[in-house]
Amino acid sequence: MDHASLGWWGVPLAVLAGAIRVSTPFLFVSLGECLTEKSGRINLGLEGTLVMGAMSGYATAYLTGNPWAGVLVAGLAGSLLGVLHAAICALERVNDIAVGIALMLLGTGLAFFLGKPFIQPQAPQLPAIPFGWWSGSAQVRSALDINPLFLVGLALAPLLLWGLRTTRWGMVLRIVGESAEAARAMGYPINRVRLLATAAGGFFAGVGGSFLSLSYPGSWNERLSSGQGITAVALVIFARWDPVLCVWASLLFGGAGALGPALQSVGVTQGYHLFNAAPYVLTLAIMIATSSSRHRLAGAPAELSVTR
Amino acid sequence: MGNALRFSRRSVLKTMTAAGGLGALGAGLPWTPAMAKTLVIGFLYVGPRDDYGYNQAHAEGAAAVKAMPGVKVLEEEKVPETVDVENSMESMINLDGASLLFPTSFGYFDPYVLKEAKKHPDLTFLHCGGLWTPGKHPTNVGSYFGYIDEAEYLSGIVAAYASKSKKLGFIAAKPIPQVLRNINSFTLGARSVDPTITTAVVFTGDWSMPVKEAEAANSLIDQGADVLTCHVDSPKVIVETAEKRGVFATGYHASQATLAPKGYLTGAEWNWAKVYTDFVKMVQGGITPPNLVRGGLKEGIIKTSPYGAAVSDAARRHADAVKAKFMDGSFVIYKGPIKDNKGNSVVAEGKSHGQTDIALESMNWLVEGVTGSIS
Repeated sequence: MDHASLGWWGVPLAVLAGAIRVSTPFLFVSLGECLTEKSGRINLGLEGTLVMGAMSGYATAYLTGNPWAGVLVAGLAGSLLGVLHAAICALERVNDIAVGIALMLLGTGLAFFLGKPFIQPQAPQLPAIPFGWWSGSAQVRSALDINPLFLVGLALAPLLLWGLRTTRWGMVLRIVGESAEAARAMGYPINRVRLLATAAGGFFAGVGGSFLSLSYPGSWNERLSSGQGITAVALVIFARWDPVLCVWASLLFGGAGALGPALQSVGVTQGYHLFNAAPYVLTLAIMIATSSSRHRLAGAPAELSVTR
Repeated sequence: MGNALRFSRRSVLKTMTAAGGLGALGAGLPWTPAMAKTLVIGFLYVGPRDDYGYNQAHAEGAAAVKAMPGVKVLEEEKVPETVDVENSMESMINLDGASLLFPTSFGYFDPYVLKEAKKHPDLTFLHCGGLWTPGKHPTNVGSYFGYIDEAEYLSGIVAAYASKSKKLGFIAAKPIPQVLRNINSFTLGARSVDPTITTAVVFTGDWSMPVKEAEAANSLIDQGADVLTCHVDSPKVIVETAEKRGVFATGYHASQATLAPKGYLTGAEWNWAKVYTDFVKMVQGGITPPNLVRGGLKEGIIKTSPYGAAVSDAARRHADAVKAKFMDGSFVIYKGPIKDNKGNSVVAEGKSHGQTDIALESMNWLVEGVTGSIS
């Protein structure tokens, strides 16, 4: 069965495998952004954080020989950028979107500058867990080589949902995001809450970046992210600020991204530009179908500058 | 109006100061005549120069020039195909005194290189990939490119011997003539060994899309392709993915052998080191370089990567025999009858297109045996 062709079965398999392989960075960035936005701030700079995480993770893994150290450093680099965003936004009359765009440029620029010596070397990669051991088919085995970070992301989503709904911390975060005045009246430190939320969001995005360079596609170069960070920020709106919906949105995006190459490899080659655009068409369609001119998006934190 | 006046006064002042300064330097410094002999050469790349691909191939050429006596080499990476390349060339010319420039990316040519060449008629601009046309383009511009599909044909032969599934995978960026020519030559080479072989093509849509390239590689392998090759800016991700999945790969642009010690068969590489050192020797010797340089294996513009461990003796012998014919110029890849993959005849019986045939530079079909379409 090793060299057998799967024919049409290859398409659903590729979409499933693609959903697992490609979705992880989307998942981490969108979970991080979800947390940040729940506190009432948008951090558009996560594209920069993702690229910075990819670079610093790859560099650390290469220099220390330990890919997990790379994941940690990527997360820390991400939270550093998050702290920077929160600290600037804490000043009077600063627009968080503008700061986010500035940080996106800073993050990518810095990563390109510092990452120059690491384009060529090969860093050790994160190990994958072979969940496909039961299958005789090489294709299925390869599709089910799942990276532990993906599982961490899957576990994180319900944990975040639970934390936001039922813990005191989650409640404080939501109050700050829903009504800064109420939070101030109750004596909660708005800026500190937002700082922590943005730093945590940055940490997740950085870890998502390290997945790109240390697992899939598993190499550092400057076009690595090609806009995935920005897409993930949009996914949060798409997922209605619900961490569990973020998982589904990320899987959908990952799978849709795999559709183009998979169809071409089985021989459906007409109109591949359209298939390559599938994820974006899908987002647009769902956004249009679910939006309304009469009320703000369900679940949107009231303090977000875009929904206010 | 006032603005234009002020600008011109300022540039006049600047020129005068610069000229004065140079004059003073010339008078005051005893080593100036020795300096004048140093040829300052600028290389501009569109991406990072260690990308295991297009830019690395050029940077290896620049490194060979650096080793020559009497030259000073300037390099700038990641120069976008916009007015930025004009600015970069300007600063190389004005600040560093560059008199020979190699803007190495296709999109630099029109209008940026042409504009700069008109502005500095006494300097030489040699561009990779463009098609210099006499009468239309300035004479101090040259363009050079190679028939790398000859090496792709040889890669196809080697791939055919290595493949057990008789299915090859080709990951390409865009369906433009140069890319289609590589796909077709690779496939024709493979099918010259075994006419049942097919090549599945996946177009990613852009020159550098690491995630999509990895997805394409995985999909092709899932569909049974057991030799992958590509035409993208940096084949690193594709060659690494093939190695991880335990299939073979042939390289492109530069050698990726170190990335896949088990599965790397051979590859089609540019030999810019020879091209660039030849150009520089001409300029140093006071010869004007030719405006249009084209060539393949025979002219030394193209080379193949050394065979990997997995290449069988039969494959080596076959590929070496064809390579020898390329070297003496007797081999023609596009010799009729050739059909495209829709069944139409594209090269009629008895007709043949040699490498220099301009008809090949507007190729818009995929040869029989390729699974894929260009729209």
